[in-house]
Amino acid sequence: MAKPIQYQFEEHHLRRSEPNKYKPEDLKTEEMVVNIGPQHPSTHGVLRLEVVTDGEIIVEVVPHLGYLHRCFEKHAENLPYNQSIPFVDRMDYLASMNSEHAFAMGVEQMLGISDKIPPRIEYIRVLVAELNRLASHFVAIGTYAMDIGAYTPFLWLMRDREHIIRLLEWTCGARMLYNYIWIGGLYYDLPIGFEERCAEFVQYLRPKLLELENLVIHNKIFVERTAKVGVLPLDTAINYGVSGPMLRGSGLKFDLRRVDGYSIYPELDFDIPVGDGSMGSLGDCWDRNYVRVKECYESLSMVEQCLARLQSDYPRTRDFDPRAVVPKKIRPRRQDFYSRAETPRGELGFFFRTDGKSDIPLRCKARSSCFVNLSVISEIARGSMIADLIAILGSVDIVLGEVDR
Amino acid sequence: MKQENIQQLLTEKLGEGVILRTDAGASPPILEVPPQRIAEVCQLLHEHEQTYFDYLSCLTALDNGPDTNTMEVIYHLYSIPYNYQIGLKATLKREKEGKILPQIPTISHIWQSANWHEREAFDLLGIVFVGHPDLRRILLPADWEGHPLRKDYEEQAYYHGVKVEY
Repeated sequence: MAKPIQYQFEEHHLRRSEPNKYKPEDLKTEEMVVNIGPQHPSTHGVLRLEVVTDGEIIVEVVPHLGYLHRCFEKHAENLPYNQSIPFVDRMDYLASMNSEHAFAMGVEQMLGISDKIPPRIEYIRVLVAELNRLASHFVAIGTYAMDIGAYTPFLWLMRDREHIIRLLEWTCGARMLYNYIWIGGLYYDLPIGFEERCAEFVQYLRPKLLELENLVIHNKIFVERTAKVGVLPLDTAINYGVSGPMLRGSGLKFDLRRVDGYSIYPELDFDIPVGDGSMGSLGDCWDRNYVRVKECYESLSMVEQCLARLQSDYPRTRDFDPRAVVPKKIRPRRQDFYSRAETPRGELGFFFRTDGKSDIPLRCKARSSCFVNLSVISEIARGSMIADLIAILGSVDIVLGEVDR
Repeated sequence: MKQENIQQLLTEKLGEGVILRTDAGASPPILEVPPQRIAEVCQLLHEHEQTYFDYLSCLTALDNGPDTNTMEVIYHLYSIPYNYQIGLKATLKREKEGKILPQIPTISHIWQSANWHEREAFDLLGIVFVGHPDLRRILLPADWEGHPLRKDYEEQAYYHGVKVEY
């Protein structure tokens, strides 16, 4: 007798719980359904793509999500705001600092304490958020290059990302899921010597970015592979609610850091790179990656500016307490509140419904940027080759943790 | 364009009864409209040259619980050229689990981004968007029972022979 496995197994348990949208009888004779994922490495996580193909040509793509659904919204309805922050980290696990920043800012605005936050804290927040944005873009570009066949950029970028991860580990002890930005403050002040080490890192990274640009973006093979592939016109992008580098890749100069001017971004000098279609058509995969690489330069310059301000205007003092404004009790008044911020992948929004009587929100909805960005994939992949689907999916830069929440 | 101007524009074009209530304390301000007229309000706001809300930021559905017996759908619109945000709200009658689900017209033909947001709202709260092209569950498996974000949700005991409660 076979050993029982894990639970009482019965034959009908093998029934597929997520049926395909397209049934064999609905297809034309020449069409066929090909499944990609959920365990395929180039789906960047656990995403299943049901692809209806006519030979090599894609007729329709149907994404099946939810393999990484961890009920963030249900959890947030049962937890005080400060305890939700670790859950927010785990949504977009490649850019936790940015998500934390967005969440903390939303709650602070609800409480009306956003102008009481000391500038040193704001600068540290933007510093770590921009470092994390660099790390996130490195993963995006590195894995993208690997998807389409180049292994070296991935290793080089992981090497540089490791430095950022170690810097962030030094600030709070965790490599990826930080819980560093708290509502009203920070977990700790920066460790002593952080500014100097970080400045050294900026010096180190600048030539590496140039190297990256030459190695990947202007590489002839890369250009041939990505130009004119997966073209996303601007009106489609806006109608689908696409945001972040994807929207800017389609040629719109739209960045919430500039438009909303939250935190201390108005005091920083930065440019918003947009795609211009110089290698193919506007809004193709090359443009999206070009925008990401250019954003790395901007983030690096912002890191440098923050470091300069932290060393000159708001230096470390003995009596500085990063938890001074952290509220003892987080109980916003009764309101509906929608706050948004720019993460490496686009607009991350949080909607809160509070009743003014309890410390937990009645409803907390996370508007995830990847979720919305991914919804456009059937539109841009239709009519292209199956091999291009991998290139298109990679250029959307999804993190399944945020898609499924 | 301010909230008052939008209100005025809507009543001018669509009649007095189109705005039931306004919530200026919310951020962004929220206008409450009758659920059956949500599509035409959105269409007007999307196309009118003075509003031009071309971007649907967020679509939230929420459950007020069995005591109030209502559900709400909240739309956050954003106009990129005017840099202005506004919220729309529709309140629906809520039915007990297993009975007829609450219904509201879809807006996915106006903004494609509503397509997945509406599927999510259907999945997690059990609101039917009438006229939606592809209303399937999106985050949960197709054979999951119930809608978890409802306040009176109780999970099923077993799913394919695996105990759900942990």
